[in-house]
Amino acid sequence: MEIKVMKNILDANNSLAEKNRSFFKDRKITAINVMASPGAGKTSIILKIIEALGNDIGISVIEGDIASSIDADKIDGLGIPVVQINTGGGCHLDANMIKAAVDDLRPGHDSIIFIENVGNLVCPSSFDLGEGMRMVIASVPEGHDKPYKYISMFEGADVVILNKTDLIPYIDFDSESFYKGLRSLNEKAPLFEVSCRTGEGVEELAKWLKNAASGKNI
Amino acid sequence: MHEYAVTKSLISIAVQEARKAGASKITDIKLVIGDLSTIVDESVQMYFDIISEGTIANGARLIFKRVPAELCCKACGHRFNKPRQGFTCPLCGHYGVPTGVGKEFYIESIEAE
Repeated sequence: MEIKVMKNILDANNSLAEKNRSFFKDRKITAINVMASPGAGKTSIILKIIEALGNDIGISVIEGDIASSIDADKIDGLGIPVVQINTGGGCHLDANMIKAAVDDLRPGHDSIIFIENVGNLVCPSSFDLGEGMRMVIASVPEGHDKPYKYISMFEGADVVILNKTDLIPYIDFDSESFYKGLRSLNEKAPLFEVSCRTGEGVEELAKWLKNAASGKNI
Repeated sequence: MHEYAVTKSLISIAVQEARKAGASKITDIKLVIGDLSTIVDESVQMYFDIISEGTIANGARLIFKRVPAELCCKACGHRFNKPRQGFTCPLCGHYGVPTGVGKEFYIESIEAE
C-alpha cells in the first residue's frame, strides 16, 4: 500500500527549535547563531563584542566544536558564562544540544547569548536552533566567491561580517564580486567590515548589535 | 554533509508512518530533495543501508526526486533554474534571487506491506 507522508525530515529538530525560540523570546534574550568556516574568526568576533559590550549587557556563550575546549577557555578567561558542546564528529549543532546547554547556562532576561556553531558553511544552515539572529562571518583569505558557493548560508543571514579586512592589500580579494554575490542572495542583512586584529569596524558592529538586542533595528 | 543525522530521522519517520498504517515492511521510500538542501543522495543511501538494519525499513528502495533550485530575476521577473555558476538571468542578464523552490527535503510517500 502507498502511504502519503509529506513530512519534513527535519521536523523533529524544527519543533525543538521552536521551543527554544519561545524560551528566548519570553525572556527577551537575543540568541545569535554565529556561523562561518573554520578559522574565519567566530571566537575572535565574539571576544571583541564582549570587550565592547560586556559591561552594558549580560552576555553568555555556547561554544560548539567537534572536539576541545580551546574556545570556551578563551571566553571563560573573560569571566563570561560559557558552555562547551563537543559534537564528537558531528558537523553542526542542533536544537536539542542548545536546549541542554541553555538549561546549564540559565541566561538572564534581556541578555545576549552567542551560539558559536561548528566551523562549516554547509550543514549549520539547515538546522534551526531557535535563534533570533543568524550571524554569518566570511573572512578575506577565504576568497570572494563564498556567497556563490554556500547559498543557503548567505541567504539566511540576518547580519554578515567580513572579517580580516586588514589583509585586503595582500590578497586578491574582489570586494565587488563578494558584494554582488551576497546581495543577489540577501538584500537586507547589514554588512560590517571588521578586522579583529586592528579593531577596525568592531565598535560599529557592537553598537548595531546592542541596538538590535534592545529591539531597535531588527 | 550531515546525512547521518538526517537519515536517522528519515528512517524514524518512515517506520512510524508504516506502523501507524499497520504495515510490517517498507519496500519504497520516496524522498523529495531540493538542490539547495545540501543533501547528497549517495550519502543518504550509504547511511540508510547501515542504519536501517534491524528495522522494518531494511532493504527498502530509496527513490530520490531532485528539485532544481529556481531563481526569480529581480529585474524582469523571469523564473529560471539556477545556472551552474552565479545567479544571472538568461533573458536579461540581471541577477535572480532564490524563490524557495529547491530547498525541499521531505518524505513524499512510502510503499509498505
